[in-house]
Amino acid sequence: MFLAHVSSLQASIFSLLAIFSLLLAFVMLGSHWLRNYVYAFAAESWLIAILSAVVGYFGGYPELYVIAILTALFRGLVLPYLLMRIVQRLNVRREIHAVLQPSASLVVGALLVMFAFVIANHMNFQASTAGQVVVLALTIMLSMKLLGFLMLSVRDEAISQILGLLVLENGIFLGSQILVPGMPMLIEIVILFDLLIVVACFGMLVRFLLVHAGTTSSRQLKRLVG
Amino acid sequence: MAQKLVLVLFLAPFIAVVTSLLFRRSRISEYVTVLAAIIDLAVSVPLLREALRHSSTFWHDYVLVDNLGAWVILCISIVYTLASIYAVGYMRLLDEDPRLPLFYALFSGFAFTMLAACVMNNVGVFWIAIELTTLISTFLVGFEQEAESTEAAWKYIVVVSAGISLALLGTVLFYWGGSYVLGASYAMTWAALRGSAAQIYPPLLTVSFMLVLVGYGTKAGLAPMHTWLPDAHSESPAPVSAMLSGALLNASMLGIARFLGVVQGTSVSRFAHSAVIAFGIFSFVLATLFIVRQTGIKRLMAYSSVEHIGVQALGLGFGGALGVAGALYHMLNHSLNKSLMFFGAGNAMRAYETKEIPMIRHVLRASPVSGTLWLLGAVGIAGAPPFALFLSEFTILRAGIVGRYRWAVILFVIFLIIVFIGFLSHFRSMYFGSADEMPTRKMPWAVWRAIPMWLAFVPLLVFGLWWPRAMWDAFMKIYAGMTGGTP
Repeated sequence: MFLAHVSSLQASIFSLLAIFSLLLAFVMLGSHWLRNYVYAFAAESWLIAILSAVVGYFGGYPELYVIAILTALFRGLVLPYLLMRIVQRLNVRREIHAVLQPSASLVVGALLVMFAFVIANHMNFQASTAGQVVVLALTIMLSMKLLGFLMLSVRDEAISQILGLLVLENGIFLGSQILVPGMPMLIEIVILFDLLIVVACFGMLVRFLLVHAGTTSSRQLKRLVG
Repeated sequence: MAQKLVLVLFLAPFIAVVTSLLFRRSRISEYVTVLAAIIDLAVSVPLLREALRHSSTFWHDYVLVDNLGAWVILCISIVYTLASIYAVGYMRLLDEDPRLPLFYALFSGFAFTMLAACVMNNVGVFWIAIELTTLISTFLVGFEQEAESTEAAWKYIVVVSAGISLALLGTVLFYWGGSYVLGASYAMTWAALRGSAAQIYPPLLTVSFMLVLVGYGTKAGLAPMHTWLPDAHSESPAPVSAMLSGALLNASMLGIARFLGVVQGTSVSRFAHSAVIAFGIFSFVLATLFIVRQTGIKRLMAYSSVEHIGVQALGLGFGGALGVAGALYHMLNHSLNKSLMFFGAGNAMRAYETKEIPMIRHVLRASPVSGTLWLLGAVGIAGAPPFALFLSEFTILRAGIVGRYRWAVILFVIFLIIVFIGFLSHFRSMYFGSADEMPTRKMPWAVWRAIPMWLAFVPLLVFGLWWPRAMWDAFMKIYAGMTGGTP
């Protein structure tokens, strides 16, 4: 196990990167400008790329460098670019009718992180530094999951929903770099490509929504009930 | 042998996709799709026989042909065949001729990804295959490009992608737990997970299993994660509804069944079964309540799918030889019966040009033969003998009554009665309700729509009267594979 003999310096670096990523998720939560979401997402992806490289360096997994480069390229550049194009096409600059105001969603987000910590604490069975890193990684994995779901449920705009989904995936990706750096590379690469396809599909659907439903706000999508 | 069969199984829909996109002629793509589907059906039977003899892995262990997967492949190919024949007669009615090649390309692509999911030996790749089914079928759901269908497609992709990402998280956690047993880097196969599951720290195993269950449960349409299902199933064209309901739900149930097999024999096995039963019974109850007060004809069918996926979950959850056999038999019967129901609904929708049940009256006068088949199918799907669903539901009841879950069985029986009354009362009003003469549209190409209904109906009746011995033996082998022995 790579985490079993992690030094305290390494542990601090991992923790720092992971915590900054979590903070960026809060940046998304606390803003209602669509443009900021995309920037925060891009920054988060870069942090994850750095994390991959760092884990690869300390853990002796050279293939993680490839993952790092691909992450930076796809998640850090291509996806934000695609998302920006969607934002520009939509002519919607900010969330107008959010169910929860940004301040309120920050508070809810904080509660969710606490909840994630409790769960993560239960799932860990190691003491020592390794245990601390594990708890932190699990907490961030689960809390980014929960924050993503929070964004999905309190935001209306199509673009925020796509970003909510991407935050969900970022959480998994981030945690898996720390917990299972040895996961077969093929899987990770395929998942990266898969994400690209997902966003392309979403982009197409957003256009359909605009043309056929006349809106990109899920608040207006209420023809189908019951 | 299995290798060649799998190759043919995937080449057929692949060639159908390529041909449809290449020639861009509606007629060509129709016939190629039907041909590919029939080839797949013809291949899936010997494939199942091969898998029952021994399961095999090949192509660097990425492909696994086992009896459970082969059974699901058979169910999917049946629906693919029926739906593609029906599509020929149905899609021509939509006045979308220039876009039909695209439709058939997506249709075969959808079948391709579902079949691929069934043979994936790597848990991560299985997840990706399931994810791809979503991406392709989204555009099938939104194919009619109206406000409603676009809305349904959007809800579908958002809800299902969010749900399925939980399954990915669960898979990663499974892998992480296994890495304490098998070392930091290993191939994420079903066999590896099963081998390591017993030694994973139980709380971790519990959380991982629940994440996976909720994730694939979203895709399978288990309540309360079913919210996308009625919209997607009701707004897509009828052949696609049949594919979503009869095939896609099975592919996702396969994920749940496989993970149940993984945790079998570990300390969380009992909890896992209880969780599956809880989701099953909740889906069943919730769907019943929506069925009773439903006004949309295709939404009625969609909620019936939620109900029947709940029944399958109950069968898997009760476990035991009877439970698993009942669930697998139910899978086949539901695939046949629900296809029949969606075909009938499609006919009625086009004939009366409405989706509302109150606007559909005197179906028998409008279409005597296919109307009769539809009515008999409704009796079957409500769970009445002599149709096959009665037999499988009864088997699942028998599995449950002996175990610890008697409360679930009692609820199940009560709501079976309610759903029977609720479902058939809609059909009573559509067939025998008093109303003025309704204008109906005469529709050409009726043969294409009648053949698949007969093809679904006849086996439904046969399997209701006679459970083939060979099929029972197959279920016993699948059960043995799930609970131990080689996966």
